[in-house]
Amino acid sequence: MREIRELLVNKIKELLDNGTVDRVIGWKAGEFCYDVTPAIFTKDDSFDDFLFNGFCGANQSKYLIEETKAPGRDEPEKGKILVLLKPCDSYSFNQLIKEHRIDREKVYALGVPSKGMLDVNKLRNMGINGILGIEEDGDMVKVKTLYGDKEVARKDLILDRCRCCKGSKHVAYDELLIPEAEEWEKDTTDRFAEVEKLEQMSAEERFDFWRSQLSKCIRCNACRNVCPACSCRTCVFDNANSGVAAKVNADDFEENMFHIIRAWHVAGRCTDCGECSRVCPQNIPLHLLNRKFIKDMNELYGDFQAGDDTETKGPLTAFTKTDAEPSIVYSRGGDK
Amino acid sequence: MYKISMDQIDQLYKAIAEFDALYLPIEKGGEVEFYPYEEDAKVRLDVLHTVKSAKDAFLPTTENMMKFKVEGKKIEVEEVDRVNQEFVVFGVRACDARSFSILDKVYLSDPVDTYYEARRKCGVIVATACSRPEETCFCMKFDIDATEPEGDVVTWIEDGVLYWEAKTEKGTALTEKVASLLEECDTAAVDRQKAATKEIIDRLPLNSMDMEYLKGADMMTLFKSEKWEGLYKSCLGCGTCTFVCPTCQCYDIRDFDTGHGIVRSRCWDSCMYRDFTMMAHGTNRKTQLERFRQRFMHKLSYFPINNDGEFGCVGCGRCISKCPISMNITKVIKTLGGDN
Repeated sequence: MREIRELLVNKIKELLDNGTVDRVIGWKAGEFCYDVTPAIFTKDDSFDDFLFNGFCGANQSKYLIEETKAPGRDEPEKGKILVLLKPCDSYSFNQLIKEHRIDREKVYALGVPSKGMLDVNKLRNMGINGILGIEEDGDMVKVKTLYGDKEVARKDLILDRCRCCKGSKHVAYDELLIPEAEEWEKDTTDRFAEVEKLEQMSAEERFDFWRSQLSKCIRCNACRNVCPACSCRTCVFDNANSGVAAKVNADDFEENMFHIIRAWHVAGRCTDCGECSRVCPQNIPLHLLNRKFIKDMNELYGDFQAGDDTETKGPLTAFTKTDAEPSIVYSRGGDK
Repeated sequence: MYKISMDQIDQLYKAIAEFDALYLPIEKGGEVEFYPYEEDAKVRLDVLHTVKSAKDAFLPTTENMMKFKVEGKKIEVEEVDRVNQEFVVFGVRACDARSFSILDKVYLSDPVDTYYEARRKCGVIVATACSRPEETCFCMKFDIDATEPEGDVVTWIEDGVLYWEAKTEKGTALTEKVASLLEECDTAAVDRQKAATKEIIDRLPLNSMDMEYLKGADMMTLFKSEKWEGLYKSCLGCGTCTFVCPTCQCYDIRDFDTGHGIVRSRCWDSCMYRDFTMMAHGTNRKTQLERFRQRFMHKLSYFPINNDGEFGCVGCGRCISKCPISMNITKVIKTLGGDN
């Protein structure tokens, strides 16, 4: 990772120096090596605390909505911004362009490689706490803690979403940092395996599963605010006139409603980037709701990957004569 | 001091639950929060931080405040009963325990919040000392002693034994109720644990954070700092930090039209939200920069100015581990400090 960071910083400085861009959304080091914050760097900034390591999981595409907005009346015209896209981030980037939420002309996209991002909570779940330092060393990760040093396999720290990696190919970029990045050796799992497990449950079991998960929700809106598909100017749940605005789950119904409505709203546009589950403070597996929709749409309308390109209409916004009729719900086990 | 083997701890829970509602850190759906005790509950006294703090016990996420019955032009106000039954919150860590006295400064000062006051009067706090702090802990920066938390009863867990010491009248009364399960003992094991934990606390990385500059700092200098611009940019404007915070205290009041009356309720609010303090005239904080600044100015400047220098933070570190983009109060303190 250290070599890639160096390569990356050199490339960024080159693009800033030659005027291709005037700023870059990068990652800023924190106190503990895993608490990396997205931050904007310009030519005059020091890059000493610019970081690129396994904890740069945050998908930065959504920041481009704000960054590529036309300047206000008294604001100066901004130049291009450099965004660093991991392969999976590039799907969200495409999707946001498709939805006219990003001005493509104001972005220079540099594809950066990823061999799976890391999740510090996996260490904590292993009982490793008091983490002072983490160093990636090939297949191993060395962890320095208040309670002694540990070494764990890198593959055991991979974010769950990266276990279902879409691959090392970027679907959008202006330039690739490493033009022929090799496919990383991933310990992949079928991304629909967990959805299938839920489908095989009885309705009652499934309800219990979702109640036990959704009842933990504190309505912090982290899932919504991080979601690249949730880009409404005013969310229905923030709109006092909508009749459903709510800051808190007053009852069971509201806990379910918020997440299910959100899943419906992003259906066909969700790229399965997994940010919702990554940021949930309660570790609710929210991505499973989205994956259920993706799986159903694939089965009903044919395979579709949101964000694959910037033009193809999504299955729910396109109409074809072979589209499933509403009655299909009965043949799929729905009650009449 | 008394003790009870952790093998028998369930009996202690049951004994307390027989006469009081009992809240404990309980694991549900893979996460630990303070929930009412029930048999078969997976009690996790070993977990340092519940996702949300223990403040729910006194300031629930949502509560009804009053009801209005409407008949033609007649409006009848119906009071909501205040909590009047004793309850016990068991397993509160030193950081959360201190947060109660911070909340008291807001809710028990004139005009007293009677909903909160009733819960504070009825609540008995059984605190648990820390022996394995996390790297994200910085309660020591606020003169909190994690080895000797504030509470009606303080407990220490060492080598499969829970040590118990009553600290207040409420605590003594609770001790008497469960006395048959407790055995008198000396403080040797607890003293050893305290010494060992203090050594770890001295090595915590956030010890080095400079907070001196904030003591008596000029409010407007902090407010006008150019550093906010760089700090707020990545903030998603979600409410995670506010909702996991033990000292965040703001709420919103809403009226719900039931068709034949109104239920007035309040719920936690977050200054990170766009509609925070939105009023008819509309001019609340319009940008995320202002909203972000508000949260930290409140904790680091406005609150201490109004409360004899006490910060509105207890150093639990929840915001450090939970913020989706890893922005948090320690980064703010360090960055603003760079001004000096």
